[in-house]
Amino acid sequence: MDSLLPLEDRGGPAQPLLLATGLRKHFPVAGGLLGRSRKVVRAVDDLSLSVAKGETLGVVGESGCGKSTVARLLIRLIKPDRGTMVLDGDPVDEPHGITVNELRRQVQMVFQDSYASLNPRLTIAETLAFAPKAHGLPAAEARARVRDLLDKVGLDPANYAERYPHELSGGQRQRVNIARALALRPRLVILDEAVSALDKSVEAQVLNMLVDLKTELGLTYIFISHDLNVVQYLSDRVLVMYLGKIVELGSVEAIYGNPQHPYTRALLSARPSMDPRRRTKEAPIQGDPPNPIDPPSGCRFRTRCPFAEDVCTRVEPPLADIGTQAVACHMRVVGSGHSKAATP
Amino acid sequence: MAIQSPTVDIAAALVRPTVASASRGYWPSVGRRLRRDPVTLICAGVLLLVVLSSIAAPLLGLADPYKTSMIRRLYPLGSPSHLLGTDELGRDMFARLIYGGRLSLFMGVMPVLCALLIGGALGITAGFVGGKVNMAIMRVMDVFYAFPSVLLAISLSGAMGAGTENTLLSLTLVFIPPICRVSESVTTQVRGFDFVDAARASGASALTIVRVHVLGNVLGPILVYATSLISVAIILAAGLSFLGLGVKPPEPEWGLMLNTLRQAIYVNPVLAALPGVMIFITSICFNLMSDGLRAAMDVKA
Amino acid sequence: MLLYALRRLLYLVPVAFGVSLLVFALVHLAPGDPISAIVPPDAPHEVDDKLKEYYGFDKPLPVQYFRWLAVTLTGDLGTSIGTGRPVAAEVASAFGNTIILAIAATLFAFSLAVFLGTSAAYAKSRIVDRLVTMISLMGVSVPHFWLAIVLVIVFSVEMGVLPPMGIGPENSTGWRLDWPHLKHMILPTIALSVIPLGVVTRTVRSTVKETLSMEFVTALQAKGMRDDQILRHVLKNAAPTCLAVMGLQAGNLIGGSILIETVFAWPGTGFLLNSAIFRRDLPILQGTTLVLAGFFMLLNLTVDIIQTMVDPRIKRG
Repeated sequence: MDSLLPLEDRGGPAQPLLLATGLRKHFPVAGGLLGRSRKVVRAVDDLSLSVAKGETLGVVGESGCGKSTVARLLIRLIKPDRGTMVLDGDPVDEPHGITVNELRRQVQMVFQDSYASLNPRLTIAETLAFAPKAHGLPAAEARARVRDLLDKVGLDPANYAERYPHELSGGQRQRVNIARALALRPRLVILDEAVSALDKSVEAQVLNMLVDLKTELGLTYIFISHDLNVVQYLSDRVLVMYLGKIVELGSVEAIYGNPQHPYTRALLSARPSMDPRRRTKEAPIQGDPPNPIDPPSGCRFRTRCPFAEDVCTRVEPPLADIGTQAVACHMRVVGSGHSKAATP
Repeated sequence: MAIQSPTVDIAAALVRPTVASASRGYWPSVGRRLRRDPVTLICAGVLLLVVLSSIAAPLLGLADPYKTSMIRRLYPLGSPSHLLGTDELGRDMFARLIYGGRLSLFMGVMPVLCALLIGGALGITAGFVGGKVNMAIMRVMDVFYAFPSVLLAISLSGAMGAGTENTLLSLTLVFIPPICRVSESVTTQVRGFDFVDAARASGASALTIVRVHVLGNVLGPILVYATSLISVAIILAAGLSFLGLGVKPPEPEWGLMLNTLRQAIYVNPVLAALPGVMIFITSICFNLMSDGLRAAMDVKA
Repeated sequence: MLLYALRRLLYLVPVAFGVSLLVFALVHLAPGDPISAIVPPDAPHEVDDKLKEYYGFDKPLPVQYFRWLAVTLTGDLGTSIGTGRPVAAEVASAFGNTIILAIAATLFAFSLAVFLGTSAAYAKSRIVDRLVTMISLMGVSVPHFWLAIVLVIVFSVEMGVLPPMGIGPENSTGWRLDWPHLKHMILPTIALSVIPLGVVTRTVRSTVKETLSMEFVTALQAKGMRDDQILRHVLKNAAPTCLAVMGLQAGNLIGGSILIETVFAWPGTGFLLNSAIFRRDLPILQGTTLVLAGFFMLLNLTVDIIQTMVDPRIKRG
């Protein structure tokens, strides 16, 4: 089956592998007299991103900021209300582009909950063979591929192929999940909190395996996590999300070395430090994120931002390129009206 | 004879592996646990006996269940020629009770089976597809739910008239909504699991996903629920015949026999109560079997 | 809360519409045309057609339906073919008798079920638990119309202590609160209450047991709270589930009473329905079914609203 061979690069290395523009997803909230109120959860609001070939794009943010919705939008498990996606030059789900199914051949996803993401009634081999078989791979070839996949993720096929998910440890199950994501030989793998639920020691093993697999198979990753250290270790570029919007985007060095958005800084300083002299003395960020049903006007972070001023309430800051990175903050926009912003 | 509140929670059973670690597949382990359950085994044995004897009734050398005799009416139990006496028309009670199992069991099992196919398919479709399809199917079910089950069965049968086919039809209609509702809720739960999303992300067709990933997980709970309805169906079918809305005389059927023997309660009360004992026994056995199945399949209800 | 109740009520409108369709269809499910039940088979064709026109059966079905619906909504359920009296009046008097019996059976079944279920869940000895489980199994498995016959055999035929049928002494015209009438109620009430007794006992037992195994109970015990105070907490937590099941059972009791009323010749809706079926009195069949389904719907609505009030976890938005 030639359709299940690894896919060739088509647009050259300079063309982004995935380009998403203006993605938006609002979930309606039940309520009101007839159960259809106009209230919506703004899970993802006009979000644009691009992923270069071979890179790892880290996505960080507090829980509930829309990270997982982004993942599910990118693989079209949920349909965006608005926005377009282009995969290596081909528009997705559009007349002259590729279908959603073709997108899913090239983009795969690893889920967070290693138990819920494996069918308890199927053996590991059956789970891994499902996607190749659904794409028409003959049974014998599917079996061979299952062995190969298990080998790749460090599980002995003879020992694990016929087991059921509940007979595996969390780390082993997550390896199976990764193997399943690789079963169709995708080019882009979205890892949605893929290691977050694991013990620290197991997490390190799986992370190293992910790094090895990436070079071996020439993969591109979108790595979603709330764990800043893990993102730093794995990513080339980092995207910081707050309440469904990008607040800062840049290389891992820029984001971690010179964070520009107050939210990014707060996140980074909230990390526990190994150095006793650099002890965190006070909570860098107060309270919980506001309700995404009714996000604050202007800058969504202003309710928790120590530098919030009048302009932040009135105007939503654009994601502005400031050279090393892009940031959505009035303090970094020349002439925005914020007292800390430079004047033109 | 009431259809119980069909709220089934399988999420817990799915996430929390209770199957012993040594287990292989799901169904083999269910079978093994059933074999270790004496109550269920005994009930299965009793039911098997009732079913087999009613099927093989002509081979058992019983008296003719249709042969009436004006002089031998209402013989008491233990009469030499009639072990369990004779009914109001002088027919042999033992033979009629055995033969009666044919229609009584058939009328109990068949509607549930038909409803399982139709209601199950509708419920799984509603649960898997969701959205407007779910709305449409479940709102129609709600209409049927607005009737107490017995009332629905009696009104339908009453309007259509007595007869085996009409009874089958009205009982099937009564059991489709509850099975559909359980199937829908179980399927919706399963659909929420990441493994279904993973399967969708693999680009497989909806039918393939349902076949491989959904059916295996929902069939157990739906089956357990359906077996719990069999005892309800047996009583309901007997009740319809008792009212004269089901099987027509002179067919032997337990509910109908209870009806015709009512005139004998002053003469031979024990005899008049006998057919009910048969209904009672089979109904208890089906209920206990359903409980055993539920435990073996680890379905929380 | 009020909003929730209102929304539920609004939601009932399409269901009620569906119910009316189904009830309307009942008449047309009947073999032959509805007229044949009233007209003697040897009647001339003109009479047949006249009657059809009179009843509106010559119009297309949708027209018939909306005409019927319009008339029904004014409270006019038609005229009984058997007695010539208005269906509404017939159903109303029967409905009262059914409700009396249903209330008695509900009270009896629920109080006994709560007691049995709670004691089984609390029971230290397995025997009590086993016994209660047995009772509830019997309750859900017994053909209740057969139990009614057995009760008549034991208490009326053999012992002669309770009357076998009717609502009261021979010249009684309706139900009254006195001993002779109450005596007539005892057997039907018991027969009618076995199913809800079985189902509710089972639910109470398993729900209370589950609640008892929750960690907050351990916390209460650790705080040194008295057992009877803990019981109050437990029952409060078990209440929503039990209430839901009870509501459904109370409604189903109305259906179940059809058979019981037939055995005891209790002049309620079930008895009316049954005799209507045999006289092929379709207006009565239709009217009774409609009234009972309407009652069942309102009952479910009430239970739903009560449940939301008791259970803080259910959103009332």
